[in-house]
Amino acid sequence: MQRHQYDVVIVGAGGAGMRAALESSKRTRTAVLTKLYPTRSHTGAAQGGMCAALANVEEDNWEWHTFDTVKGGDFLVDQDAAEVMCREAVDAVLDLEKMGLPFNRTAEGKIDQRFFGGHTRNHGEAVVRRSCFAADRTGHMILQTLYQQCIKQNVEFFNEYYVLDLLMVAGKATGVVAYELATGELHIFSAKSIVFASGGFGKVFRTTSNAHTLTGDGMGITWRKGLPLEDMEFFQFHPTGLAGLGVLLSEAARGEGGILRNKDNERFMERYAPTVKDLAPRDMVARAMANEVREGRGCGPDGAYVMLDLTHLEPAHIDAKLPDITEFARTYLGVEPYTEQIPVFPTAHYAMGGIPTNIKGEALASNDDVIPGLYAAGEVACVSVHGANRLGTNSLLDINVFGRRAGIAAAEYAATAEFEELPDAPEQFVVDLVEGLRTSTGDERIAAIRADLQATMDLNAQVYRTEGSLKQALTDIEALKERFTRVGVQDKGKRFNTDLLEAVELGFLLDLAEVLVVSALARKESRGGHFREDYAKRDDVNFMRHTMAYRELDAEGNVNIRLDYKPVVQTRYKPMERKY
Amino acid sequence: MDVKVKILRYNPEVVDESEWKTYSVSLQPTDRVLDALHKIKWEQDGTLTFRRSCAHGVCGSDAMRINGRNRLACKTLIKDLNPEKEITVEPIKGLPVLKDLVVDMEPFFDAYRSVMPFLVTSGHEPTRERIQSQADRDRFDDTTKCILCAACTTSCPVFWSDGQYFGPQAIVGAHRFIFDSRDEGTEQRLEILNDKEGVWRCRTTFNCTEACPRGIEVTKAIQEVKRALIFRRV
Repeated sequence: MQRHQYDVVIVGAGGAGMRAALESSKRTRTAVLTKLYPTRSHTGAAQGGMCAALANVEEDNWEWHTFDTVKGGDFLVDQDAAEVMCREAVDAVLDLEKMGLPFNRTAEGKIDQRFFGGHTRNHGEAVVRRSCFAADRTGHMILQTLYQQCIKQNVEFFNEYYVLDLLMVAGKATGVVAYELATGELHIFSAKSIVFASGGFGKVFRTTSNAHTLTGDGMGITWRKGLPLEDMEFFQFHPTGLAGLGVLLSEAARGEGGILRNKDNERFMERYAPTVKDLAPRDMVARAMANEVREGRGCGPDGAYVMLDLTHLEPAHIDAKLPDITEFARTYLGVEPYTEQIPVFPTAHYAMGGIPTNIKGEALASNDDVIPGLYAAGEVACVSVHGANRLGTNSLLDINVFGRRAGIAAAEYAATAEFEELPDAPEQFVVDLVEGLRTSTGDERIAAIRADLQATMDLNAQVYRTEGSLKQALTDIEALKERFTRVGVQDKGKRFNTDLLEAVELGFLLDLAEVLVVSALARKESRGGHFREDYAKRDDVNFMRHTMAYRELDAEGNVNIRLDYKPVVQTRYKPMERKY
Repeated sequence: MDVKVKILRYNPEVVDESEWKTYSVSLQPTDRVLDALHKIKWEQDGTLTFRRSCAHGVCGSDAMRINGRNRLACKTLIKDLNPEKEITVEPIKGLPVLKDLVVDMEPFFDAYRSVMPFLVTSGHEPTRERIQSQADRDRFDDTTKCILCAACTTSCPVFWSDGQYFGPQAIVGAHRFIFDSRDEGTEQRLEILNDKEGVWRCRTTFNCTEACPRGIEVTKAIQEVKRALIFRRV
């Protein structure tokens, strides 16, 4: 076992983690711990762009962007946070350009901008070109650019280190325990500030755009420490996943003119969102697609999907603006987008919920109390700028704005704080966890439990939910957790034991799926990404509030999930009906 | 259909030698090699070890040698491989193998980091963005697509035989900045690449171009860097 000491430890090296590291390492001694190599993170899969009211191609301002973000989030957005994000968006984009990010350009050589779902001029009048982009690989360029800056700045990385526990003393965050994949060795990092930037947990679903590695480790770790998770019932289903695979096809396809069609070749979004049509927010488009399929207007032999039509676009335009996603269609479905429509269906994409934070990125122990030394940013966090439904491009914005803020706040706090004494045997929890799994003689397969979890989540907690379906999901999860106690790991070694780590990750997924379902059961309304068929209307009287879930132990030592609520911060905008 | 997948296994914790093991897997023609590896790991042998993350060709984790050619396992479909025959999978060559299909990526990333792969500018920053024409932006578009998977570098015979050569990826990484009109670090970067282990070791075998899962014209990029060195002009 090795011990390390850093002022700031950042967990995760995607966009939020590296953006935080650039700020923090400028100010103080910083380590970045990441379970992947930095450029492997799923920020790189983001495609369409990053919105900011630069007004490079048409009139725009950050207040309109704020309004769209609040309305897109079905008014569950904390408006102070959205305002911060949309104001700082302009500098966030310009900062990236100055770091070298190769944005597409206008005829005058400025950063080019294009349409994106839910982004409008003057409070919903018409769609607006706000998304700054680099073809359909904006996330890739952000990830590469941030890594390049980290190289320039000599940021210290610990690659393929899995953080598995957070150390806390007297309510303060004091360090983390990490498992080194290459050797199986444990490392204790003592730190004044810890920033979680470890991403989402899309792997609770079967059909997902998420990487295999998005298993919610950061949320799982803080949850086991008794810290709250906010708004976990809100999960975004991206409308255009490749049918059957879930691979993401950017909303930019519709931003550039693509159209969704049902089996009658009808542009069905005209019925659901007459003004913005195919560029309605993702929750509305995903539901519309699922509804077309349910009502028998789906395409294909089983009527199981709808079509994304790009055939009316010029091939040269497609090549210039959408090269990667059209290649995905060719590679994985053998479809030629120049001449054929592409089969698509909603795919689990993004967790709006996560570790609650304030606008400085400080993690919260309750509605108001900050946990000294603990920060979170990006998909792992819930600040909440996305409310009940995130607008397209706002995640790349979120990681840049709040990654930066968390990095600054963590470094500034570290400058004033002292290292705390770590608890006795700080590694014990991880030793028990890892050795328990490694030496288990159980005969349950990791993959079988995970597949059953993903199947029940897809069936019962996806685009459409009811009390019955959610209760079924909860029953299934309880049974799977019981099976998980008998899970067996075949690889007993120390070296690159990914079998063992998959078991650990499955433990996180089971916990987080349960929180999602319990939070969803209690929210007896429909709002944004959470749609209850038995409560199909938004209910502002009873549910205009964030869910705060807590893990508690009862007298017998059983785990219970207690739900509490947190008020939504409203500043400029009063809730209104959400029409597009 | 049943497909035979032959994998070069190596785990020094158990035995010092690597050995081929063949697995029989039931697959769809449209499944990817990564699906085959997952099925083996998840249903037959949990000790099989490989890196993967995004599973659709953008993260660069799962470059490996499939039927003797460097590819991404997640971008290679079974039907494109003649599944009637055994499919062979082995680690990429030229980097130390650590376990099964996992290689030590540090030498590869060291080479990348050594070419100053970041924008170099001088003077005050502009208030707004730097102006760049779309034509200037297009000049280096091809090399911005790199996902650092190492398929090119580990397909290069010079890299295999010579522990010092940067390898194609590092030159691609330098090219992306050398031909960026905003960059002012070209002189320094060219000096690094002019080293005896730099671009001049390239023998133009085009293995790298063929290996690149992103379709980057790697050999062409290397040629452009060579020409820039000769004429001292980009």
